[in-house]
Amino acid sequence: MTKTVILGTLTVAALAAGAAGAATLDDVKARGKLNCGVTTGLVGFAAPDANGKWDGFDVGICRAVAAAVLGDPTAVEFVPTTGKTRFTALSSGEIDVLARNTTWTFSRDTDLKFDFVGVNYYDGQGFMVPKALGVSSAKELDGATVCIQTGTTTELNLADYFRKNNMSYQPVPIETNAEAQQQYLNGACDVYTTDASGLAATRAAFEAPGDHVVLPEIISKEPLGPLVRHGDNDWGDIVRWTFYALVAAEEYGITSANIEELAAGTDNPEVNRILGTEDNLGAMLGLEPTWAKAAIAAGGNYGELFEKNIGENTPIGLSRGLNAQWTDGGLMYSPPFR
Amino acid sequence: MSDTHQQSIGYVRDSMIPESEPPLGEAGAIKWMRANLFSSIANGFLTLAALTALYFLISGFLPWIVNGVWDAPSIRECREILDGKVGGCFAVLTERWNQLLFGFKYPSDIYWRPALAFLLLFVAIAPVLFSKVFPKQILIFTALYPFIAYFLIWGGSILIPIFALLGLIVGYLVYSRFVAQSFAAGFFGGIAAALAFWWITGFIAVDGVLAIEAVPSRDMGGFMLNMLLGTVCVSLSIPFGIALALGRQSDMPIIKWICILFIEFIRGVPLITLLFVASVVLAYFLPPGTNFDLILRVIIMITMFASAYIAEVIRGGLAALPNGQYEAGDSLGLDYAQKMRLIILPQALKISIPGIVNVSVGLFKDTTLVSVISMFDLVGMIRGPILASTEWNGVYWELLGFAALLFFVVCYGISQYSQWLERQLQTDHK
Amino acid sequence: MSFMTTLSDPPSGSFRLSMLINDTRYRSYTFQFIALVIVIAIFGYLGSNLFANLRAAGLNISFDFLGESSNYDINQTLIEYSSRSTHWTAAVVGILNTLLVAFLACITATIIGVIAGILRLSPNWLVRKLMSIYVEAFRNVPVLIWIIIIFTIMTVVLPAPNAFRGDNATASMLFGAFAFTNRGVYLPAPVWGPGSLIVALVFVASVIGVFMYRRYAKKLLFDTGRLLPMGWPSLVILFVPTLLVFFLLGRPIGLDYPELKGFNFQGGIQILGSLIALWWALAIYTGAFIAENVRAGIQSVSKGQAEAAASLGMRPNRIMNLVVLPQALRVIIPPLISNYLNITKNSSLAIVVGYMDIAGTLGGITLNQTGRAIECVLLLMAFYLAISLTISGLMNVYNKAISLKER
Repeated sequence: MTKTVILGTLTVAALAAGAAGAATLDDVKARGKLNCGVTTGLVGFAAPDANGKWDGFDVGICRAVAAAVLGDPTAVEFVPTTGKTRFTALSSGEIDVLARNTTWTFSRDTDLKFDFVGVNYYDGQGFMVPKALGVSSAKELDGATVCIQTGTTTELNLADYFRKNNMSYQPVPIETNAEAQQQYLNGACDVYTTDASGLAATRAAFEAPGDHVVLPEIISKEPLGPLVRHGDNDWGDIVRWTFYALVAAEEYGITSANIEELAAGTDNPEVNRILGTEDNLGAMLGLEPTWAKAAIAAGGNYGELFEKNIGENTPIGLSRGLNAQWTDGGLMYSPPFR
Repeated sequence: MSDTHQQSIGYVRDSMIPESEPPLGEAGAIKWMRANLFSSIANGFLTLAALTALYFLISGFLPWIVNGVWDAPSIRECREILDGKVGGCFAVLTERWNQLLFGFKYPSDIYWRPALAFLLLFVAIAPVLFSKVFPKQILIFTALYPFIAYFLIWGGSILIPIFALLGLIVGYLVYSRFVAQSFAAGFFGGIAAALAFWWITGFIAVDGVLAIEAVPSRDMGGFMLNMLLGTVCVSLSIPFGIALALGRQSDMPIIKWICILFIEFIRGVPLITLLFVASVVLAYFLPPGTNFDLILRVIIMITMFASAYIAEVIRGGLAALPNGQYEAGDSLGLDYAQKMRLIILPQALKISIPGIVNVSVGLFKDTTLVSVISMFDLVGMIRGPILASTEWNGVYWELLGFAALLFFVVCYGISQYSQWLERQLQTDHK
Repeated sequence: MSFMTTLSDPPSGSFRLSMLINDTRYRSYTFQFIALVIVIAIFGYLGSNLFANLRAAGLNISFDFLGESSNYDINQTLIEYSSRSTHWTAAVVGILNTLLVAFLACITATIIGVIAGILRLSPNWLVRKLMSIYVEAFRNVPVLIWIIIIFTIMTVVLPAPNAFRGDNATASMLFGAFAFTNRGVYLPAPVWGPGSLIVALVFVASVIGVFMYRRYAKKLLFDTGRLLPMGWPSLVILFVPTLLVFFLLGRPIGLDYPELKGFNFQGGIQILGSLIALWWALAIYTGAFIAENVRAGIQSVSKGQAEAAASLGMRPNRIMNLVVLPQALRVIIPPLISNYLNITKNSSLAIVVGYMDIAGTLGGITLNQTGRAIECVLLLMAFYLAISLTISGLMNVYNKAISLKER
């Protein structure tokens, strides 16, 4: 009876799937939408609001890529992924780019055959404890019960850290951030550990954020960045340079406010090249000349995205730190556009 | 009365004395309590224990429900309104009811469409469930319902469900043209005709023709997703289940073993591993470049899962039929397809209906497992976006209780129906 | 080919191709052949897709990762395990954890189910109604919701270890020995001193003794009709010798009480909160199904049996134990075993409460860390399939043994 529902859906799915092939760019253009993998919900980085509209720092990258490729920052289909499903979703082609605070590691780059196109957030794993516990250093956590989100590099770092410092602990593995919150707030674990940015985002959602402290120790390097499938270098280039366009835009002072003005032409040749008024860089990527302009206009430059979603004036309140421009002593350093 | 008495013999009473009330201890509430609550010492203790348990349950729940707050924007305001009293914060239900029922991505201005589809479901299913009460004509609506529901829920061009329906009709016409010669010819011819029709109509551009707002399956969520998965998978799995059951009963060893292997494999693994397959493995087995969305992959896996269980139920029904029925069919000179179609299956299916309903209830409950693979069904919505939000962080009981209640109402209703049906089907007198 | 012959042989030699469709003797071969071809074609198609996809992504299928070190810790390990152990060891730890929770839940569910099933037929109206509320409430709500509810009760209602601390502690230990916290239940652990082996042996001997006594009493009852008391002598045999030896040897078995030290209770035995939540949720949920089986089983024993026993002057509990239950068991046990199977399969929902069963180690963290989705899911399915086949094999053997021997 209902057989045709599925067949109808099949036709739709087949239509939507479009032509096969390794050229992700062609697929995306044919589809008219970018499929972007994000988390199931982490405030500040990627979370749906009450109306189901996605917002956040990682979401900003997705929108910039969509704007660069399709000229429309809203032409994005956000696919929520868990730690478990994210890599299959990418390698099976369900998503075109994974922008889900994923740590760049050796084995993910080589063994799992992905290409990390850059680092959009330099992070490190930290610990959060209730103030009442009176702990001031991670070295005092011997014997503690620690909540961790499974499927991340976090549990590996944690095992290494406690082993290295000859301390014991009891891990409490948890699937989602929401449940980790529940466990931690009810005292089922003493410590919650994840990337420092995630800790800040989680703490921001608490009723009384002031009752919890993030310990000073950062126990790992977590370069988080968008990644694409290995092998389609053209597509990798597009995502990489879209991201660097955002970084360079901040360096050269291109903001969403003044972009129209600058696009009329400036004295700075590099700004002109980025905005497509000099040399057609877009053609080299197979995109419109104004690709980078569209990407920057989508949500602002890197600094604007940061300030709007996770910066110091947001509830999450992260400072730029390592993520400042190299001119300000940070690590954000875009290769030249020429 | 007294007259007759006077004329009778003194020691023989030939009239009734008037009925008197039973003694106080043998009537009414007291008698009932003695018989049902305090028939022995042990029973008395049991009653007291049960009463204590009941008291604690009610004294815990009653204030929670009576003091409940139904209107507040967040849990903090809710607590302020309660002011230290025990009470539930049901405001979360009123504020997020649309997310609980439809998920957070279904466009809110067209909620009426799935709601209408849900109401029509009852109209469509009524003649199947209560075949004696409703006229047969409604069955036409039942046959049309899947297409209407598809159109209402997914939207898009009306041509897609119409083409799907026309394909089925074409297939049926071909089938009825050839079935007189041979069932196999009719069956496979019908399928081929339907597929050919769909293939041809696939070339017609339907986008935007007589279209209403299209909703991608990714945007389905909440209790609607549970209902959707439940009804679609159950109705799809019944034909597959029948085929598998017949295959398993067949005396052709290869077909029999294929069916046995399939059924035992599916029944041997938990549904969650099949869902893992749907979410992380299945994509590798599809042709490169194609891509079903997750909901479709999940429907495939759950349908496979349900087919295996329904096949076992129907096999029980087939085995329960007396051998005479099979032999009667043979002696009439019917071939296998005719015998099954006209004699065996109608009876076997009839006695398997309660079992099928039980499997369906179990399956409907199991649709909650999709929350584990990051789909936002009712449980997924609660565990994910709602409990994680700053406003409703910590409102467990109201949400979980609501989910439990919703499932209870549906499942209890269905199981009561199945028990009623079982009594209806009982033709022997016990 | 088909010349007419004068012989009246069956037309065996005259095989025509059309007989493959029209002759019922050969038609089944045609169908089977077609079915086989279709199945092989489907598998071939899926396989070729798999290899094409893997090649396109530059991946391969390999189980080498099982030998690499896992690098993560597990909070409940029944065998030696550390983050330096291999993924394979982690999988074994998961398997044992699955079996542990399934075993505990099966036993508890049976107890709950039998009690509830019998009480559902009790003459007591109130108890009967309460039990049917229990059965209906649990049967009609998804097990996942029950697991989450019971886990939430564990974490939200029970106090954190911190609540036991200080002078104004809001929680206290039961008898100074048991601590119910939201991280689990802490119990005293036995400390085996010298001579404890003797105590243990005496206890084992007492258990055997109880069985011997019961057998003797039963034999005596059947032979002579004399009824020996069962209850208190069993208890005496079970405990008195052991306690005697225990005190004579100067209490060789001590208890290690859990004590709040640092962040957690130290010492004693900890039963993880996630284990308790999963165990009890599965037990109570499946108990409702078992209760229905038990009720159906008891009702399947014809009333005349119980009435006959009653007319012989047996007491109600004796009628239940000696007449009704043994006959009901034949109806109860097959669905009971499939309920056990369901418990084992449902225990894979451990992932929701963070209990590290096989779906949490091999199908969870190992899968996430290595990205070997196909291999991990394959192994996971193979494990559950092995368990299911073993149990259903045992069930078939049992069914054969118990089936009515008709004469």
